[in-house]
Amino acid sequence: MHIAEGFLPPAHAVAWGIASAPFVVHGVRSLTREVREHPESTLLIGASGAFTFVLSALKLPSVTGSCSHPTGTGLGAILFRPPVMAVLGTITLLFQALLLAHGGLTTLGANVFSMAIVGPWAGYGIYRLLRRLDVPLMVAVFFGAFVADLSTYCVTSVQLALAFPDPSSGFLGALGKFGSIFAVTQIPLAVSEGLLTVLVMRLLVQSSKGELTRLGVFLARKQSGTRTAESAETTAATKTSETTETVVR
Amino acid sequence: MSRNAKINAVLLFVVAALAVLPLAFGLGDHKKEPFTGSDTEAETAITEIEPDYEPWFSPLYEPPSGEIESALFALQAALGAGVLAYYFGLRRGRRQGELRGSARRDDGQGPPPAAAGGTGGAGGTSGAGGSAAGRA
Repeated sequence: MHIAEGFLPPAHAVAWGIASAPFVVHGVRSLTREVREHPESTLLIGASGAFTFVLSALKLPSVTGSCSHPTGTGLGAILFRPPVMAVLGTITLLFQALLLAHGGLTTLGANVFSMAIVGPWAGYGIYRLLRRLDVPLMVAVFFGAFVADLSTYCVTSVQLALAFPDPSSGFLGALGKFGSIFAVTQIPLAVSEGLLTVLVMRLLVQSSKGELTRLGVFLARKQSGTRTAESAETTAATKTSETTETVVR
Repeated sequence: MSRNAKINAVLLFVVAALAVLPLAFGLGDHKKEPFTGSDTEAETAITEIEPDYEPWFSPLYEPPSGEIESALFALQAALGAGVLAYYFGLRRGRRQGELRGSARRDDGQGPPPAAAGGTGGAGGTSGAGGSAAGRA
């Protein structure tokens, strides 16, 4: 999904960089706050980043006859809220830009905006909305990850169409062109990412129930105001987590 | 195989099928170079729209060959998979430790492991065992 090095005109590259910077700075702040207040989260944050690392290295064939890769940002956004993913996604993109010549430094701002900012926020938004509507946890997780993945590639298409409008059909013509390359290719991959995120979430429900309870994953329909009351139950839930192996659905 | 493990296996199977089916049905056959990266296709599309466009910056480091590139991609996936495996392994170990600890505490009245005779002594040893397992 990454826009290749040098493939955005300088003005666009700078503009996307400026647009992304505040989100990343805010993300660094909320990440350090989370780690300071809940040192026990560090491991799970690391695991969320690792999930992004694995998934964005997996280039998979798709129905369009080309290859692309998932983003893996939905999981971390659901667990730790999108700002944390702005940081973890940026780290992944930097790794790929510096070592793999995949993406680039001049296009980092644009790629961060699509993969580390819009993707996580869109996925998180859908996830919260579905949970508010009392949709079962795993269904909400699936659509959260699916939307985080697909929206990333839609943003990439928009970014390229803005930079390279078609001479005859303009912005929309170019959007159709880039959309058919990126977004259509991505649909089955987004399904795969949704399923893999559900798999990891199921493993987390089995292994880290206390942690997920503290993060409010099991709260449906409840406002964040009730979170304090809920966190009091966290300790109780941690104790029972070993004995109950029930799948939350 | 438990019901849980079955569901997980089905999830993995569907993901694998989604990756294999495009290849099996030859969905890339209509292309000159099937299954290239979508980023490369986007670059081609850019040069179609704007034939004069020249990338104005090139990567600082470029893997010298396809082999090196795939090695670095494998490294990226391996790093991620390693951290994930560490996380789940650690959690599983801790949980088993806690279970063992509480199980020992529960049947503390039965035959104590160190044959400490008195109930007070048995409680003491099992408590120590529980906390040690929890730390490990």
